[in-house]
Amino acid sequence: MRTILIRRGLYMRLSELAQGSDAVVQEVENVTEGDPIARRLRDYGFVRGEPVRLVGRGPIGADPLLVQIGFTRFALRRAEAARVIVEKSA
Amino acid sequence: MSEAVASLRLALVGNPNCGKTALFNQLTGGHQKVANYAGVTIERKEGRFRGPSGRQFQLLDLPGAYSLEAASPDEVITRDVCLGHFPGESAPDVIVCVADATNLRLHLRFVLEVRRLGRPMVLALNMMDAARRRGIVIDVGKLEAALDIPVIETVAVRRGGAAELVARLDGDPPALARASDSGDLHADVRAMIADAVRMPRRTAEIDDAIDRVVLHPVLGLGLLALIMFLIFQAVFSWAAPLMDGIDAGIGALGGWVGSGLASMPLLQSLVVDGIFAGVGGVLVFLPQILILFLFILALEESGYLPRAAFLLDRLMFKAGLTGRSFIPLLSSFACAIPGIMATRSIQDPRDRLTTILIAPLMTCSARLPVYALLIAAFIPARTVAGVFNLQGIVLFTLYAAGIVSALAVAWVVKLVRRDKSEHALLMELPSYRLPHPRDIAIGLWERAMIFLRRVGGIILSLTVILWFLSTFPGAPAGATEPAINYSFAGQLGHGLHALFAPIGFNWQICIALVPGLAAREVAVSSLATVYALSGDGDGLQAIVASQWSMATAFSLLAWYVFAPMCLSTLATVRRETNSWRQVWIMAGYLFALAYLASLLTYQITRMLAP
Repeated sequence: MRTILIRRGLYMRLSELAQGSDAVVQEVENVTEGDPIARRLRDYGFVRGEPVRLVGRGPIGADPLLVQIGFTRFALRRAEAARVIVEKSA
Repeated sequence: MSEAVASLRLALVGNPNCGKTALFNQLTGGHQKVANYAGVTIERKEGRFRGPSGRQFQLLDLPGAYSLEAASPDEVITRDVCLGHFPGESAPDVIVCVADATNLRLHLRFVLEVRRLGRPMVLALNMMDAARRRGIVIDVGKLEAALDIPVIETVAVRRGGAAELVARLDGDPPALARASDSGDLHADVRAMIADAVRMPRRTAEIDDAIDRVVLHPVLGLGLLALIMFLIFQAVFSWAAPLMDGIDAGIGALGGWVGSGLASMPLLQSLVVDGIFAGVGGVLVFLPQILILFLFILALEESGYLPRAAFLLDRLMFKAGLTGRSFIPLLSSFACAIPGIMATRSIQDPRDRLTTILIAPLMTCSARLPVYALLIAAFIPARTVAGVFNLQGIVLFTLYAAGIVSALAVAWVVKLVRRDKSEHALLMELPSYRLPHPRDIAIGLWERAMIFLRRVGGIILSLTVILWFLSTFPGAPAGATEPAINYSFAGQLGHGLHALFAPIGFNWQICIALVPGLAAREVAVSSLATVYALSGDGDGLQAIVASQWSMATAFSLLAWYVFAPMCLSTLATVRRETNSWRQVWIMAGYLFALAYLASLLTYQITRMLAP
């Protein structure tokens, strides 16, 4: 279901979001069984319905990403941000 | 009267960056005790203060946590202590949960998690000054009603900013918290914020403005380079007069104590040549360590450190490290001891261990006397390509060799590690804050005490042992060679000569390496002793230049790039990793690399310049 939606371009991964654009979190995928990184992301507030913005990127290889969620900014490596499925805001 | 009121045990819990430690410092002032939790290397800070009624409070500053689901060893401790499950720690009477009033979306979720524990608790709504400045309006009454626990506003950095909290704690103890959440903590937090908090903007404008410069791909890296340059300048230039002062002070004190012991030459030698010279050789690094930590603490308190980690993460990640490894490694250029102590800010235990392992490869300042001696003796002060000094180029090459080997070792560690699961960065970039002098002063005091305790303990004992080895047995009657030749250290040096002959070390070097175990630069004064010189410097340089081959000198330089023989560093590794295994691994790999590098250097130099 999710893969289909991503393919249709409705949803995308946070790592693919353009700099300065806003989106709404849909869910955080587990990459491994009980993925501790995914769990930590949810603790940080990456949960369904939460608005997020890609604020900036690291100077080398555009990694890590600077992400605003809630009232807080986090640095996420690309592989970490790829776990977050978002819907791009119009 | 004061005895009548029972003392109360409090625990401070909260997210990282909620101002918890500043609140702890505000409440307890200087009355703090820093130790480790039993069996782990996580810092345990406890303090005391008195309430207005004379009641005594014991306050435990628990490690910052994002969640009680416990993803890190710090969080396991926080959870277990709150529940009273941690061996040797009794459950706190009251949990003081701290939340940053400007960051409630994140912090209230943790408050709800703590509330689920069902312990008596209060919420300290910290940084209310910053919240007001940003136009954030919080209806404390509504929040209190929604949370069903006492909510008290605090400003940890302002004098008296916690008075209301103390007054509340001094009154009737709060009731057991009742978990009345819906099961979806995020939804509950959103509802509470919608009801009780009005926020004009999600972030502080000033933070956005600073970040636009600090995190800028070009400006940001330039600023980072400038800051690093300033730190280096300060560490080496500000510290110099202080170090000379300590050196002279210890020398004078040693001489004065020594003259009082003139009737007992053996005891005099132990005190002057052993304890004062040995301990002084390590103590002299205290100014550098403190200046370094002054900068690190200020950068940490201001919120800049995570930004530096952000800028460099990619670079460090490629080598199998993390952006957070950068500052500890930078510190190691002054001395590996504060560098290894600073790895506590690295959350992933694997990243932390790798950083500790490679920290001694950063050329510490104790190696400079050795480099200076050999470079001055063997490298002509010639100008290359019009602008560069050949001696400077050699020194730079030695520094670069250390850095390149460090990256190579980190990369190899990454290859051989069995646990290949992803290392996380996942780092909060907190709001910028003006560092509070009190917090920095307390931080510096703690670092100084850790260092001094080590000097007074393990380094003192090692010094005495090394003195014993270099003094006994004494020279026989009619001996012509310096007394150290006949000692255990001398015999050991002669014995080691067989091992070190293939890398070109003569027996004099081998002997000097033994006392050099205490601190690297001691090797220079030991060489002077072996060559029976009074005072080092020019005399030693002339002897070395005339008696050593160039291959031997280069080999010793290569040896010191890796220099596995700093016992103080190994003692620090033991303390920070709580494991002898890591100590042996580090000593083993450094020795192997040093031997290999010296062997190659010696044999190649001999072929090229026989």
